[in-house]
Amino acid sequence: MTTLSQRTDLSRRRGTTPRRPGGRRRGKAWVGLLFTLPALVPYVLFVLRPLVTSVQYSLYDWNGIGVARFVGLDNYRTVLTSSDELVPLLHAFELIGFFTVIPVVLGLITAALLHGLPDGPLARTARVVLFIPQVIPLVAAALAWSWMYSSNGVLNQILRAVGLGDQSRAWLGDFTWAFPAVGIIGSWVLLGLCTLLLMTGINKIDPALYDAAEVDGAGPVQKFFAVTLPGLRREIGVCVTVTVIAALASFDVVYVTTQGGPGTQTMVPGLEIFQLAFTQRTVGLASANAIVLMVLVLLVVTPLQRLSKGAE
Amino acid sequence: MFRIAHSTPDRPRSSVSRRWAFATMTAAILSVAACGAPGASPAASSGSATGQAVVTSAPKGPVTLNFYLESGFPLPEKLAAEFEKQYPNVKIQIREDQFAVLTQNAPRVMAGNDSPDLIRLPTIVSSAKDGLLANLDGYAHAYGWDQYPSGLLNQMRVSSQGIRGSGSLYALGIGYDITGVFYNKALAAKIGMTQPPQTIAQLESVLAEAKAAGIQPIEQFNDIGGVNFPFQDLINQYEDPGKIADWVFGKPGSTIDTPATVKAGDQIAAWGKAGYFTKDANALSYTDMMSRFEGGQALFMFNGDWESQNLTKSMGDNVGFFLAPPATAGAKPVAMSAPDTYAIPAKSKNIAATAFFLNWVHTNPQARQLIVDVTGASPGGPANLAIPSVPAGSVVAQTLQATKELGANGVAVDFTANATAGIYANTIKPELQELITGRETGAGIAKAMQADWAKELAQ
Repeated sequence: MTTLSQRTDLSRRRGTTPRRPGGRRRGKAWVGLLFTLPALVPYVLFVLRPLVTSVQYSLYDWNGIGVARFVGLDNYRTVLTSSDELVPLLHAFELIGFFTVIPVVLGLITAALLHGLPDGPLARTARVVLFIPQVIPLVAAALAWSWMYSSNGVLNQILRAVGLGDQSRAWLGDFTWAFPAVGIIGSWVLLGLCTLLLMTGINKIDPALYDAAEVDGAGPVQKFFAVTLPGLRREIGVCVTVTVIAALASFDVVYVTTQGGPGTQTMVPGLEIFQLAFTQRTVGLASANAIVLMVLVLLVVTPLQRLSKGAE
Repeated sequence: MFRIAHSTPDRPRSSVSRRWAFATMTAAILSVAACGAPGASPAASSGSATGQAVVTSAPKGPVTLNFYLESGFPLPEKLAAEFEKQYPNVKIQIREDQFAVLTQNAPRVMAGNDSPDLIRLPTIVSSAKDGLLANLDGYAHAYGWDQYPSGLLNQMRVSSQGIRGSGSLYALGIGYDITGVFYNKALAAKIGMTQPPQTIAQLESVLAEAKAAGIQPIEQFNDIGGVNFPFQDLINQYEDPGKIADWVFGKPGSTIDTPATVKAGDQIAAWGKAGYFTKDANALSYTDMMSRFEGGQALFMFNGDWESQNLTKSMGDNVGFFLAPPATAGAKPVAMSAPDTYAIPAKSKNIAATAFFLNWVHTNPQARQLIVDVTGASPGGPANLAIPSVPAGSVVAQTLQATKELGANGVAVDFTANATAGIYANTIKPELQELITGRETGAGIAKAMQADWAKELAQ
């Protein structure tokens, strides 16, 4: 509905503009540019410029201080052929399961359930609880989780209390469990964001559609699939985009909880880039890694954008 | 994010502008990428001469020195306070960061315009090569540092080829550490261990006895690779220490992929399989290891004498120390030993005053006493100066005695973890985590260490 009204509004505006005197219109454009300057200047300085310099660095063998040696595409060759660099990329894609699939699916269910609740203390509490992970700094949250996962942490205490003490372990130091343990932290963080976005989406759906579905004899489950899900196409698109980027570019949770260990079980590209640049001081190789990661994110996210807008 | 999803339906225009933006961006990227190389010009980085004259007198007039230190280690701060007391005209400002943050930021901090006067710097080679460190040869000669026992200073020398072990002096130690094994005396008595093991075989039988008696044999952190302490302790006994030193210093042609490393690795793997390390070792942090050992939860802990005073405070007489035992009884002891290195950045404006401070740390009786009282490590300095007094029989006395013994009859080698900037985090740590859980072999870790060392040095 919103799109429809926006469109008519816009076409009306488009219809009138050509009649305006050209000079005035150009003047307006400059005013517009002026208003975007406070955002544009930091964007150019802190996003575009580092991006450009990263591309430049990626062509050099450089330790960040000393003399740089031009090596052409050698760094990219290393990134794309060495297993040291490919394993983290694989992990990043596996993380999508925890960062995207779980939060979006659970978020849909939660949002649909909360939508059915009357706006009262219960709904409000649920919203706050779900959104809290977004408010807590990620580093603090990851620290709290690493305590919960530790040998004497809450998780193992619970296991021992219910007689499953032989299943207790240092979760983040365990070769099998460290990766899911880290993934679940991501699910926990992103579930709140997805639920909130999806709830706002549900509230925008015309209630008449639900009434019509009810008249046609649809139950709650059918209403969810016939009305809610199609109505949330755009919101789901946003959720998936944001969470996929979070998965592919993950860094802070892994850095705080496992540092990529045990072995290389939880090594992700973000951490790999950080270590290459600041521990190993191979700024060129780190930059090449970062550019590859950026291209990869774009390759994954762009089709997602098409999909979510496909119906229009 | 919303901008992406709710892009305006005004399609034709936006796609044109997007194309325009893309073209501009590509052009900008290509033009910048094509222009000059980043970083210093070759001329700027070759010079490490500082242009400041060598002066050995005490600083006169008001002087402010800036120190950039590692947080959690109060020793340099206490030394600075004592120095300010003895030289009231000097004010020392201290900035601290966590070890990892400090080492990652160090090159950029030193390259900046407000470089500190003294910095805690564990790896000095690349910074020395990049001309970030003041060459201390002049001061070493003027103060007589070059007369100190050579083993103490060699690790802080860098040759013009960028190889450690010989060449110009670029740093000094504040406290000279040795490593070995701390043991809980009460637990040792329980299994009848009346004196430290004399050979590796004896050590292994003690470990087995402890395990059989239900005592945790070793408490060792391995979240970031602390099993490297026992691992290198074993390599040290099986290999010619000179060869290990060559490898750590980055001498071309040296190798760690030797039968000794393979044997040591397989032994560590066997210890892991036998349950000599804790089940959660791969998640255990250094701090947790310390508190568990201090709480009497394990027989052994492989660590260094920088903890001697802390252990005395928490365990009193219940803690003992011995150097890692040799392979055959009576062989000379070999142990990891390294100074806590402090360097003077080339951009410091107070090189003479900071060098005076470093000399004071090594020679002033109060300073030397402070080093021993705060950490328990040896203060280094001239061989003829007396070692500060400590209570007889304490673990501090034992570690100082071990330092003396190592200096007189044994060999000190640097940590393999210091071989290159990335070897510890990228290779030794993950490999050891796999080794103690049976996912890697001695041959595998030896090969990986050598391959990554060669790769990093070739860069």
